[in-house]
Amino acid sequence: MTWPHKDLLDVSQLSRADAVEILRAAKSFQEINSRPVKKVPILKGKSVILFFAEPSTRTKTSFDVAGKRLSADTFSLQKSGSSLVKGESLKDTVLTLQAMKPDAIVMRHNMSGAAQFIAERLECAVINAGDGWHAHPTQALLDAFTLTERWGDVQGKTVLILGDIAHSRVARSNVRLLTLLGAKVRLCAPKTLLPYAVSNWNVPVFSDLDEAVRGVDAIMCLRLQLERQQAGLLPDVREYSRRFCMTIPRLSKAAKHAVVLHPGPINRGWEIASDLADAHESLILDQVASGVDVRMALLHLYLTRKERKE
Amino acid sequence: MSQADLVVRSAALADNPQASVDLFVAKGRVLALVPTGSRPLPESAKSVDASGLLLLPGLTDVHVHLREPGQEWKETIATGLAAAAKGGFVNVMCMANTDPVNDQASITETMLDKAARSHPKGPRLFPVGALTVGLEGKTLAPMEELKAAGCKAFSNDGRPVADTELFRRALEYASDLGIPVIDHCEDPHLAPASGINEGVVSARLGLRGHPCAGEAIQVARDCLLAEYLGVPIHLAHISSKMSVDVIRQAKAKGAPVTAETCPHYLILTDEACETYDTNAKVNPPLRTREDQRALLAALEDGTIDALATDHAPHAAHEKETPFDEAPNGISGLETALSVTWGLVARGELSAKALVSAWCVRPAEIFALPLNRFQEGDPADFILFDPAARWTVTAQSLVSKGKNTPLLGRELTGLVKSVYVAGKNTLLTRESS
Repeated sequence: MTWPHKDLLDVSQLSRADAVEILRAAKSFQEINSRPVKKVPILKGKSVILFFAEPSTRTKTSFDVAGKRLSADTFSLQKSGSSLVKGESLKDTVLTLQAMKPDAIVMRHNMSGAAQFIAERLECAVINAGDGWHAHPTQALLDAFTLTERWGDVQGKTVLILGDIAHSRVARSNVRLLTLLGAKVRLCAPKTLLPYAVSNWNVPVFSDLDEAVRGVDAIMCLRLQLERQQAGLLPDVREYSRRFCMTIPRLSKAAKHAVVLHPGPINRGWEIASDLADAHESLILDQVASGVDVRMALLHLYLTRKERKE
Repeated sequence: MSQADLVVRSAALADNPQASVDLFVAKGRVLALVPTGSRPLPESAKSVDASGLLLLPGLTDVHVHLREPGQEWKETIATGLAAAAKGGFVNVMCMANTDPVNDQASITETMLDKAARSHPKGPRLFPVGALTVGLEGKTLAPMEELKAAGCKAFSNDGRPVADTELFRRALEYASDLGIPVIDHCEDPHLAPASGINEGVVSARLGLRGHPCAGEAIQVARDCLLAEYLGVPIHLAHISSKMSVDVIRQAKAKGAPVTAETCPHYLILTDEACETYDTNAKVNPPLRTREDQRALLAALEDGTIDALATDHAPHAAHEKETPFDEAPNGISGLETALSVTWGLVARGELSAKALVSAWCVRPAEIFALPLNRFQEGDPADFILFDPAARWTVTAQSLVSKGKNTPLLGRELTGLVKSVYVAGKNTLLTRESS
C-alpha cells in the first residue's frame, strides 16, 4: 500500500486500516529478529537521527536496533550533547539537523506538541518517540502488537490502564489506539492522577483497583514518578502501592489468562509487585521485543514512502 | 462661546446609527453635537465629511504592555502608541512589568517623556505603577512618588500578590492616595500560568491546564476585601463564567469592584490551542463557549464594566517554540475594535454596551479624559467605517507584536481617523 503519512505524531492520525497495516508489517519483520544474522538491506543508504532530549533506554535503543537491522545509518543526539544546552532554540537545532539531509528524525522531548512543532518545519519524516504528556504512538503500537501476538486480536478484549493517567503519554496514545482497534478500555487511578476532563474520554474510570480489575483481560501498569508525591498529588509511595500496586492476588480477580503490561522502567513494589513482574503473566519483556518489530515496520513505512509514491 | 475650528459633518452615532450629526470642536474641546445641518458651518473651520462613518468617543485601553524600558525588541512606547492610535485609542494605560519595573518615579518619567516625544498629539500615555517593589510581592512600592510622577493606577499585573495580608495593606495605602488598584486575579499555587484552560483540550493535548477556579478564587478574595475595606479594586482581564458570577454577587452587595475583559475571550475558545498554536497562548487562557456567553452577558448588564486589550507583544521567534516554552500574550491594540464591532454586527453585543465598555467606563474608573460629547469635553473621538473589510497580516500591524491568533482572518470595521483633543493623529481622511 502507499503510505499516506509523512510523520507519525500520534495514533490519532492513523485510521484503523493504517494501524492494522503497521501491525501486519511488524509481524513480517519479526522473523528477521530471530535469524542468526539479523540484518537486511532494505533501508541501506537511509539515515535516521535519533534525537532524544529526554533520557530513554528502551525506546532509543529499540529504534537504533531497528534501524541498524534494516541497514539504515542511525545517529544519536542527546540534549546534553546538543546546542540546546547552549540556549539554541528547538527550531534552530532541528533545522541544523535537517541540513545534514537525514531521511527521518526520531525525537523524544519533554514538551507536549514538540513533535508536531518540528514536523511542521521539516521536510524529512518525523517520528514521535514521546512528547511531554501528549503522545507515545510507537509505544501504543508495540503494546497493541504484543497483545495481538498473545490473543490474535484485541477486538472485544478489556484492557485496564492503571496509574498516573494524567501525566502519561503512554495512556493517552493507548486509549486512542486500543479503542480504534476495538478493545474496551478502562482507567484506574487516584483522582489526583486523572486529567480534569477525563469524563470526555468516554471510558469507565475507577478509583478502586479491586473493582477495576474484575474481569479484565489485560492490565497495563504505568510508571509512578516520585515527583508526583513531591508535587503533593500523593501522600506517599507506600500508600500509593497499598491502593494501586498490581499484585498476583489482585490479578486473580481478572479474567482467566489475563496478562500484565508495563512500558518500563518499572519500580518494583510500587506499581507492580516484583513477583508479578517476573511471572509468566507478565509481558514486559515481550513488549521490548515487540518494540523492535514495530519500529522496524515504522521505519520501513515512513522511509520508503516517497519511493512508493513515485 | 468660542468659534468652531473643526466641524465633522454627517456622521452617524455608533449607538444610534440612524441619526446623522455634526460635531463642532473649538480649541480641542467639544462645542456641540447637533443634528446634521441644524447649525451653519463657520467659514474658517476645517471641515471633515464623515458620511458613511460612525462617530465614537475615543477608546481607552486600561491594560497594555509596551515593553519599554527593557524589551524594546518586542515593542517600544513609540510603536505601541502608534498601534494604539491605529486601533482608535486616545488613552492608554501601560503596565509596570517592564525591565526595570516601573516602581520609581524616574521610570514613570522616562515613559512619559518618550510618549510625549514620539506622540505629541496623542494617544495619551498613563503609566500604571508597581504595587510592590520589583513586583516581588514583598514590599509596598513608593506609591506617592509614583502618583506624583504620573501613575494613574497600581498593579502587580503579571505577578499577582499571593500574600493576602500584603495585598490588603497595599489596597489601604493606595486608597489613601485616591489611586485605584488593578489586580491580576490568579491564585499562583492553584493556577500556574500555563496558557491553556484546564479542560477537554488541555487533557487531549497533554498540557497542564489553568483552572477557571484559580481565577475565581482570587476574584472572590478581592471582592471580599473591597467590601470589607470599602476601597475600590479593579479586576483585570476576567476570562471565566465562574469569576463573572462572583463579581455579580459582590456588586449586588455593593462592593466597590469594577472589572474588565478582553476581546479575545469573547471570540475565541480554548479550541484555538488545538494545534499547539502559541499565538493563542495567553494568561488567563482562552476558555470555553459557556465562558464566552457569560462574559458577553456581563458586558451587556454592566457586571463587567470595561474592555481592555491586554496587548502583550512578543517577537516572532519567542512564540516559535513548543507551547510550554512560549510566552503568554496576544497583540491586540489594532484588532480590538474591529473584533468587538463584529460582535455588535452579529447581534451578540449592543453598540451601547460597546461604547460604554471601550470609551466611558474605563475613563470613569481611572479618572482619565472622557468625551461624552457634552460642551467642554475633550474632543477625543474616532471615525469608524463599519463596512470596511481588512485582513489581519503581519504587514498590516504597526505594532512590533505580530502575535495574534487572528492572523489571516478577515475583520469588518476599520478606524479611519482618531482625534485627540481635536487633533487627528492618523491623518487619513481629513480635508480642509
